[in-house]
Amino acid sequence: MIGFMDIPHRRGDTQGVYLLSSSNAWREAGTLTLPVMFGYLPLGAAFGILAVEVGIPVWAALLMSLLIYAGAGQFLAVALLAAGAGLVELAVATLMLNSRHLFYGLSLLKRFQGAGWRKPYLIFSLTDETYSLLTTLPPERARDHALALRIGLLNQGWWVLGSLVGALIGTTLAFDSRGIEFALTALFIVLTLEQARRLRQGLPFAIALATGLGALLLLPDRHLLLGAIGAASLVLLAHYRLHRHAPRESQP
Amino acid sequence: MSHATLLIFIAVCALATFATRVIPFVALARQAEHPLILHLGRYLPPTVMMILVIYALRDFRPLAEGQLNAGANGWPMILASLVVVVLHLWRRNALVSILGGTGAYMAMVQLGWAL
Repeated sequence: MIGFMDIPHRRGDTQGVYLLSSSNAWREAGTLTLPVMFGYLPLGAAFGILAVEVGIPVWAALLMSLLIYAGAGQFLAVALLAAGAGLVELAVATLMLNSRHLFYGLSLLKRFQGAGWRKPYLIFSLTDETYSLLTTLPPERARDHALALRIGLLNQGWWVLGSLVGALIGTTLAFDSRGIEFALTALFIVLTLEQARRLRQGLPFAIALATGLGALLLLPDRHLLLGAIGAASLVLLAHYRLHRHAPRESQP
Repeated sequence: MSHATLLIFIAVCALATFATRVIPFVALARQAEHPLILHLGRYLPPTVMMILVIYALRDFRPLAEGQLNAGANGWPMILASLVVVVLHLWRRNALVSILGGTGAYMAMVQLGWAL
């Protein structure tokens, strides 16, 4: 698997320096994904345990982590399945919860250009954490699509492995896992601190506080995330217009 | 629930999730250099990350009455978050911060300290 991924696809490579051997390249990606591993293993396990608890078989929990691959989205799907929700409700709820991915794609349009056969998987595997890792890479590695693919594959690997372990624990042992889902919260806090360190501007965080807390007060739980992100996008749009002093024709 | 029902359920969820990821690449392929896209690309990720924190602290309860969330309210969540922040500002090691905070939260919840 390792050799087949790497060697024949180096054409157009302007970074001859990085002709690392395959195992070194995977080790590099492994080091980069280490923090995600420690978030995804417990969180994936929490998902697996929860899935088995509501009566989803192990193979189906595994299939969800392979084909859906969305942390909060999978928890939501389990909750909806347990509640006997319909397919339309599931589709709408999933679209709304994951609509933040729309905005991740926006900032990666240019970067994923020329990724070739890797591009579909890079788009499929665009979770919060993978996005955060990819956008933190140093500028000279930003167009290294082979590295991006390795990061994406490893991250999903940790997620699938965690789900499997969790599902097996859920079926066999009586493991007291109460509270393990806090790993997701901890991961988001860590990523926010890292974003703040990189950007060094208060604006996005002030906007997030205002829209997030506003949505908490005004909206029901199920509309909270989309409402807050939608409002924040509008504020950023207004900021863009004011900033440019050139309110041109209203095109998106 | 039958296997077919389960498979359809998973397929719908997978397609809806993939749609949110692929739509910008299909719909805006020619707009990658637009200044508004660049502006959103710069400011939206940190904004979304902070909103996710608020959302997680308020709302991450997939089964409101489920066993996984027994006592997952109020102070343990806030205190564990402070543990994460302090650990991360101190050591800047994502592993230490996540494991430390999660461990603290699990200990508080499982020892029945839910105020």
